[in-house]
Amino acid sequence: MKDFAYLTAHDVPTAVRAITTPGAKFLGGGTNLVDLMRQNIERPDTVIDITQLPLDQIEELPDGGLRIGAMVRNSRLAAHRLIRTRYPVLAQAILAGASGQLRNMATVGGNVLQRTRCPYFADLAARCNKREQGSGCDAIGGFNRNAAIFGASEHCVATHPSDMCVALAALDAIIELESVRGTRRLPLVGFHMLPGDSPQHETAIAPDELITAIELPDLPAAARSRYRKVRDRSSYAFALVSVAAATEVRNGVITEARLALGGVAARPWRAHEAERVLLGAPATEDSFLRAAEAELTAAVPLSQNGFKIELAKRAITATLRQLHVEGSAA
Amino acid sequence: MADIRMRVNGSIEKLDVEPRVSLLDALREHLGLTGTKKGCDQGACGACTVLVDGERISSCLALAVQYADRDITTIEGVSDPLQESFVRHDGLQCGYCTPGQICSALGMLAEHAAGMASAVTEHVADEEIELTAEEIRERMSGNLCRCGSYNGIVAAIQESAGSAR
Amino acid sequence: MTYVGKPVDRVDGTLKATGAARYAAEFPYPDLAYAALVHATVARGRITRIDAGLARKTPGVVAVITHLNAPAMKPPPKPTPMDLSTMATSSSVSLLNTDEVHWNGQPVAVVVAETLDAAREAAHLVEVEYTELPATVDFAAEEANARPQKNTLLSSANTQKGDAEAALAAAPFSVDLRYTTPGVNHNAIEPHSTTAYWDGDQLVLHDATQNTTWARDQLAIRFDVPKKNVRVISPFVGGAFGGKSLVWPGTVLTALAAKVTGRPVRLMLTRESVYRTVGGRTPSIQRVAIGAEAGGSMTALIHSSVSRVGKVGGWTEQITTVSRHMYDAAALQVRQSLVRLDALPNTIMRAPGESIGSFALESSVDELAYQLGLDPIELRARNEPARNPVDGKAFSHRLLLDCFEQGAKEFGWAERAPQPRATRDGRWLVGMGVAAAYHPAWQFQANLTLRLSADGTVLVRCGFHEMGMGTATAISQITADTLGVPLDAVTIEYGDSDLPGAGTAGASAQTATVTASLLDACEKLTDGVFALARKTPGSPLRGHRRQDVTARDGGLYRDSRGESYGEILRRAGRESIDAQVGSETRLGELTGQVRFMSKFLMDRRRWMKAACGAQFCEVRVDAETGEVRVSRWLGVFDVGRVINTKTAASQLRGGIIMGIGMALAEETLVDPRTGRIVNASLSEYHVPVHADIPTIEVRCLDDPDPTMPLGVVGLGEVSVTGVAAAVANAVHHATGRRIRDLPITLDKLL
Repeated sequence: MKDFAYLTAHDVPTAVRAITTPGAKFLGGGTNLVDLMRQNIERPDTVIDITQLPLDQIEELPDGGLRIGAMVRNSRLAAHRLIRTRYPVLAQAILAGASGQLRNMATVGGNVLQRTRCPYFADLAARCNKREQGSGCDAIGGFNRNAAIFGASEHCVATHPSDMCVALAALDAIIELESVRGTRRLPLVGFHMLPGDSPQHETAIAPDELITAIELPDLPAAARSRYRKVRDRSSYAFALVSVAAATEVRNGVITEARLALGGVAARPWRAHEAERVLLGAPATEDSFLRAAEAELTAAVPLSQNGFKIELAKRAITATLRQLHVEGSAA
Repeated sequence: MADIRMRVNGSIEKLDVEPRVSLLDALREHLGLTGTKKGCDQGACGACTVLVDGERISSCLALAVQYADRDITTIEGVSDPLQESFVRHDGLQCGYCTPGQICSALGMLAEHAAGMASAVTEHVADEEIELTAEEIRERMSGNLCRCGSYNGIVAAIQESAGSAR
Repeated sequence: MTYVGKPVDRVDGTLKATGAARYAAEFPYPDLAYAALVHATVARGRITRIDAGLARKTPGVVAVITHLNAPAMKPPPKPTPMDLSTMATSSSVSLLNTDEVHWNGQPVAVVVAETLDAAREAAHLVEVEYTELPATVDFAAEEANARPQKNTLLSSANTQKGDAEAALAAAPFSVDLRYTTPGVNHNAIEPHSTTAYWDGDQLVLHDATQNTTWARDQLAIRFDVPKKNVRVISPFVGGAFGGKSLVWPGTVLTALAAKVTGRPVRLMLTRESVYRTVGGRTPSIQRVAIGAEAGGSMTALIHSSVSRVGKVGGWTEQITTVSRHMYDAAALQVRQSLVRLDALPNTIMRAPGESIGSFALESSVDELAYQLGLDPIELRARNEPARNPVDGKAFSHRLLLDCFEQGAKEFGWAERAPQPRATRDGRWLVGMGVAAAYHPAWQFQANLTLRLSADGTVLVRCGFHEMGMGTATAISQITADTLGVPLDAVTIEYGDSDLPGAGTAGASAQTATVTASLLDACEKLTDGVFALARKTPGSPLRGHRRQDVTARDGGLYRDSRGESYGEILRRAGRESIDAQVGSETRLGELTGQVRFMSKFLMDRRRWMKAACGAQFCEVRVDAETGEVRVSRWLGVFDVGRVINTKTAASQLRGGIIMGIGMALAEETLVDPRTGRIVNASLSEYHVPVHADIPTIEVRCLDDPDPTMPLGVVGLGEVSVTGVAAAVANAVHHATGRRIRDLPITLDKLL
């Protein structure tokens, strides 16, 4: 790891001023950045520790939503009473990720910004447009079993690895960003970018911006929600496909549907097509299947990841069915 | 270089480390506390688990400077009946993952006592969650044991959790 | 016996549970420097330019060693049976003494620095350019170019009995199936680590090794110093599974770095460096064909394999061995062939050969059983041989059918509905599978000394190894029982090449090997003590015959007469008495080797010795997503006498768990374009975690093998065999799908 200057920011103004130094990086829990620095994929000159910032609160908003400070640790968020009761899909998604140790370290802001697990991104000897623009993509003609089926490009097929973000996408979370230029609020859906011809641009965050909070809207349907993660071993593995779902059913008819997929794209994939099919449809197996089919029509397989299309369909159907039959995960 | 202090196993240690030095390397190479193990150096095996203010973390992904003034407990500072349970139930073979398993188990038991749910908890909103073998296994999955002592580890934790704790 | 056969806590358990056990990278030295490796990024080529300028300028860097400045070493010795330590050669490449690159990941430079972080940073800054040469790296694509494999000392690669192809063609029932298994890696949680320092021309090395003797001898050869100048210390090894048997680049390069810098140097490989410099298990392509009569009796059994070695070395696995011993087929043919790749040499990994060979064989037997409409256990029973099928040798011991019988009863095998996809529990399809386990029993040669002191304590000195098997505990138990002393009176010194040599900790042979010498030494020791007593006036044993006297209660006794060891020694004016088996002199070594080889070969002509067992597995497969969970396991084993029921059960479980990993998740991905391992990390290579593993029940029949010391057969490897087949058979029973390509990931079941 390259040696670097280290400073601790105790307030947001100091942090956002410090980040304007060329080559500076914010450091949260370190679970992703320190790993990437050790592998020389990230080589910052200055590291600004932001874990002391006063952004570690979870507060109820006047409109019924929740404001989650960006420095709240993943485990704290999953353990919070309001998350467990009002947004169980989020608690489940967080608990499905990483390990107990890592969840105790990782911050909410850092989780949003974590980088892909594409093995070619992690190997400096491989070609990767995300790491080095224009170098090529070794995944397309190589091991791409866990690559994207939605929104990939000829330049990059990497997926976003977060579980938490899949739930946040389903919940229409808002990301609050702060810089010396002021405050911005962006929907999480769309915050992560599809690769296009510039896969190195992964999110809408500007280099000088700090994630200060995530806001969850008041969403009664979220109380009836679930997260389902399908992976290669029972625990401590990234998703092949995951599903975050929240529905509201009245008189047998779906009146609200929130669905997002993980492991399938460079962003947590909000399943708008499926939601359209579900809304107003009877809460039946047939509707679930049609919704899944509708979402996956746009999927494009590579040489090894075609199974994800069928897997995603089945995972969507299974999750919606479970939600319908067994109810909420709360 | 950064001059930092941290409380390690109850005593204040002064450390003069570069910011890039991990908490794991600070413990092993600077303080000679080699009980905490390095298995992957990238948060994928759990061998480096230590307790910080009672919470388990992977010390390989922690920069030592980030943990200045915190209270660190390594296996050398643990004296718990759980260790005897590990021996009695043979929850170890080569012994290399063992300190991490033990520190992780202690942190895990505290998390459970605080009412935290896991990925296998049926209803995440439940206040009291029974610590079944399935719950232990999920909560301990961040600690790999290649010798395959998983059964003994779970038995040791069950015994320890079932006693006066 | 007081201790043998009991669930004794392991003697080093507390050291390990308190973090006090020290591993190779944990010995402090003043002035210690740290090393890091630079790896080649091409599969084959020559280094055209290597620029260490930036690296050398990195603060804290002590040295950058490349082929341009490294001192010459002797080349790695060619493996020859004349000197067994040459078997420890992992590759023929003279690292850093050549500009040639032979595999993607080969070390091309070593950086030494004041701190670990400085060493790794500088390693990143070393710039290397290559001229690439055409390379053969794609195993699957090379299948057609496979060449027949030669027989080795331990196994035959080719056997023919009758005309198996003709018998197969004529058989009324038959299966003829193709299987593939991927390369896999050991992934011991302790990465390969070495701490080395030179004192003049004396080298001391703390090394994570399964063979201190071979490591010492190899290093002596490489650095051109007498063997006695090299000491390899390895009291605790953090898992090995075969991966620490040979001498891999890290060990040699640490010794080199210490020599160049004149300082103690430590190298703990990064996890990535473990993948790039230490071989794993070969991938394989296998064919198993079985012909049978309607009643199930096998008329033909054909098993052939293709595996790989590196062009610069590699361990040839006995993949088809199981098929030479398991079934009484009238005609039999096994053939092994090899492809040679520009790749890191593959190596020994837990049950090399049998682990993957049994997957193919035991899966095919299950398929045949379904075709015949027979219970798979019944089919095995109808083909159980009375003598070794290939050559009619007697089995020294074989209770395979007893294992199946006991296991079937306990597991509830009879209650299962035999047809596939018949049992469902909510979202889960439930299935049960069974397979045989088999691993040959070996016994090699160990030197050992015993010292009995007047205070009644016993010191055993023997250079065996502890990587988690509990050997020190087992040897303590046997010593205590044989000499009739309490367990805590026994101290064992092991894991040091300065101790009497015990060869390799491998082939499931260590306990039997050390036990044989230990029993000899105990006999010599008690003879010596008795001789003292008999000569000493006043001893109650005066006038008695040796054969009437037994060692018990801390002394020698005949009926109620006798006295403690302490009394005998004190009366004779002795502080201690020693016994020795084997000799460390050059002549002693040679005589020992010759004596061992003649006994070994004679024994092999006479007996077929092996451990065996029956693996029972229950899986639950998510009907929609194809996720497979192992929900129950029972392994019943015939492993001869069990010295320690507690540690033996752990080791057997460990093998089963490694087998479950192999069955369901493990796969080392090698990019066929570059020969580079793509998932060189524990996050992308999936070993089983806690949540993957249910309660694993293991049972041992505990029936001593009459031809082995104390009846010990060895159990380190047998339990990994048959596991993948039992899982695959259970998956078939659950889903109706046969998966013949490991690992059984969910995409194959969708």
